[in-house]
Amino acid sequence: MWDYTDKVKDYFFNPKNAGVLGEANAVGEVGAISCGDALKLMLKVEPESEIILDAKFQTFGCGSAIASSSALTELIIGKTLSEAVKLTNQDIADFLGGLPPEKMHCSVMGYEALMAAIANFRGEVWKDDHEEGALVCKCFGVDEGMIERAVKMNKLTTVEEVTAYTKAGGGCLTCFDKLEELLAATNAAMVAEGILSEHEAYRLGAANAQDLKSKAKAAKAEAPRTSPLTPASPLPPAGLTNLQKMRLIEEAIAELRPYLQRDGGDCELVDIDGSNVLVSLTGACTGCQMASVTVSGIQERLIAKLGMPVRVIPVKQHAH
Amino acid sequence: MRAVYLDNNATTRVDPAVVEAMLPFFTEQFGNPSSIHSFGASVGQSVKKARQQLQELLAAEYDHEIVYTASGTESDNTAVLSALEAMPGRNEIVTTQVEHPAILALCQHLEKIGRAKVHYIGVDSLGRLDLEAYRAALSDKVALVTIMWANNETGTIFPVEALAELAKEHGALFHTDAVQAVGKAPISLKGGAIDMLSLSGHKLHAPKGVGALYVKRGARFKPLLRGGHQERGRRAGTENTPGVIGLGKAAELAIQHMADEQGRVKELRDRLERAILQRVPNCFVNGDPLERLPNTSNIAFEYVEGEAILLHLTRQGIAASSGSACTSGSLEPSHVMRAMNVPFTAAHGSIRFSLSRENVAEDVDQVIEALPEIVENLRALSPFWAGANKEPNAFKPVYA
Repeated sequence: MWDYTDKVKDYFFNPKNAGVLGEANAVGEVGAISCGDALKLMLKVEPESEIILDAKFQTFGCGSAIASSSALTELIIGKTLSEAVKLTNQDIADFLGGLPPEKMHCSVMGYEALMAAIANFRGEVWKDDHEEGALVCKCFGVDEGMIERAVKMNKLTTVEEVTAYTKAGGGCLTCFDKLEELLAATNAAMVAEGILSEHEAYRLGAANAQDLKSKAKAAKAEAPRTSPLTPASPLPPAGLTNLQKMRLIEEAIAELRPYLQRDGGDCELVDIDGSNVLVSLTGACTGCQMASVTVSGIQERLIAKLGMPVRVIPVKQHAH
Repeated sequence: MRAVYLDNNATTRVDPAVVEAMLPFFTEQFGNPSSIHSFGASVGQSVKKARQQLQELLAAEYDHEIVYTASGTESDNTAVLSALEAMPGRNEIVTTQVEHPAILALCQHLEKIGRAKVHYIGVDSLGRLDLEAYRAALSDKVALVTIMWANNETGTIFPVEALAELAKEHGALFHTDAVQAVGKAPISLKGGAIDMLSLSGHKLHAPKGVGALYVKRGARFKPLLRGGHQERGRRAGTENTPGVIGLGKAAELAIQHMADEQGRVKELRDRLERAILQRVPNCFVNGDPLERLPNTSNIAFEYVEGEAILLHLTRQGIAASSGSACTSGSLEPSHVMRAMNVPFTAAHGSIRFSLSRENVAEDVDQVIEALPEIVENLRALSPFWAGANKEPNAFKPVYA
C-alpha cells in the first residue's frame, strides 16, 4: 500500500467540504470515469469582491484524489479568485504533507479543477492539457505527454536537455531507458514532420549510455528549479577556520530545515572531515526516493555559503 | 479489531508445520546436497523426499520431472526461453491476453527484440478463452503454447488439458503457469499432454523464494541458468534447501487439505459473494462464475475506485486487493479487466477477495458487515453516482 502521510489519511477518511454546493456559481469538472479519477469542484464566489465564500467537491478516485480535492477546498475558501489562481499543485501536495511521486497527478487534478472553475466563473472555457500516457519519471511525476511536448516545443535532442526542461530523470534516473526511447521516437516523428533535420535527431545507441547518464546527472545540477534548495548567491569568503565553517554549515542547514520538515524530514550536521560534510537525514528523508536530490540540494547550498567545494555525505546516526 | 486476511492469491502465510520442517536445514542440516559426505548425503535425501512430495501433488509420473527454481517467475521465464531455443525452425508463441506479467512482459520483450512472434488470445466478458482464435493461431511454426491454469485476478480456470492436446497436434510444446492453481485445484499430469508447469511456494503456504518447474520426461528442454550439475543440469546453482524442504512439506499439506479447499473454503467464498451481491447495488462478479478457483472472488463495484475501498477495508482490519490503476501506479485498470471488456464505470472499482484454508466464517462475516457502508459512503462522494442507473437488477449475477 502507499505510504500516505497522516494528513492524507485524515483528509481521505474524514473529508472536509464533500458534497454538492447548491448555490455554486463557478463549477470546474476535470477527469473522467474512464481515467480512474474525476473531480467536480463547486465554488460560491461573491461577484463584487470575487471572494470564494464556500467550496465543495465530489470526487471519484483513490485515497489521494479524495484527500487532494478536500485539501484544495480548504486552501481556497476565503481567498479571492486572483489569490486562488496563484495556487499550484505543489501547494496542495504540501498542504497534505506530501504525496507519493506516483500520486502527484492527484494534486494536478485539483489544480486543474480550480482553473476550470475560475474560467467557468469568468464565462470562459479552460483548456485541458491533462497528462497523457504513462508516467515516465516517478521521482518528479513526469508523464510521456509532457516530455513529448517539451521535446517538440523546444527541439530537444539530448537526454540531458529533457531532464533540464522537464525534470524527468532528475532523481534516481532509473527511467533513463524510457526517456531515451521517448526522445528518439519523438525526434523521429519531428524529422518526418520536417521540423528537425535528420542529423540532429537523437538516435538510440548513438552514444555510450554511461556517458549520457553522467551528462544527464550533470545537467540535473544545472536544471532550472524553483526549489527552495537552489543555492542563494555565492559568498566568497576565503581561509575559513573550522569553527567558522561549522557555523556557516549549521546556518545553511537551519535555513533549509523548514523545507525538509515540511516534508516530514530533517537533517543534522554530524561531522566535518576536510571538504567532506557528513550529515544525517532523518524522518521522511530516510529511504525517500528523493534523498539523493535532497543531498545534492544541501550540497549546493553549502557550496554557495562557504564559497568552496564540499561534498555532502549522508551517514547513519544513532539516536541520541 | 480482528485482522482478516483475504489476499491469499498475493501470498499465503507459511504453515507452522512447514516452518518446523525447514528449521533444521538452517542449522545442523547445512550440508550441500551435492556433496558425497554424510553432511551432504542426508540433505540430498531430504531434497529427494521433497521432490516426491511435489510429484504426488501434481500426480506426475516421475519425481525427476520436478526442477526446483527460485520463483514462479523464474519457472515461467525458463519455460518460454527454453522452448524457443529447443524448437529450431519455430519462432511463434501462443499465449493469452490475461497471463501474469511473468509471461506477458517476457513475450512483449521477445517480440520487441524480434526473437518471436506472439499470438495473444483474447477472452470473452466472463474471462473464457476464445477457442476459435486459439485454434487459428496454432501451426507448425509455434514453438510454445503458454496458457495459465487459473487467472490470478478472477480465478477463472482455463481448460489447459484440452488446450494442450490441441497444441500437441501441431507439434508445439505446452506450458502452463499454474502458480494460482496448485494446491487449490486438483492436478494430474501423468499421461496428459502438458509438457511444462510452473508453481510457486509462497502461494501454497510455503515460503517466498522457492518455486518449481515441472518438465515432462522427454520434453525438449534447455536450461536458463548454466553452471553446476544441480537438477540434472536443468537449473544450475546450489539448491535453496530450506526452501525446497518447505515446499515439499507444503505440497504434502496441500494434498491433505484439498477437500477442505474445494468444500469449506468454496462455501465461505460463495457466502461472501452472495451476501455482497444482495446488499450492495450495482456490483457484479468478474470472471467465469462456474469454472473458477474455489477461493477467489473478484467483484466490481460501479462508480467507486478500488483503492479507496481498500483503504477503508484496511482501516477495519480487512486485507484484500484491487486491479485498479491507482493501486499499481499505472494509469489504466488491469490488463485482465481490459481484456474482459469490463465497463469503465466498474473496471476501476474491482476488488479481489482470495481465501485460504486458514479463513473462518467470522472473517467473511466481518467483510459482509463492513463493505456495504464503505461503498455507499464512497458513492455519496462520487460525482457520477447521482446520475447512475440504479436498477437493482441491472447487473444480475450469473450465479451457480
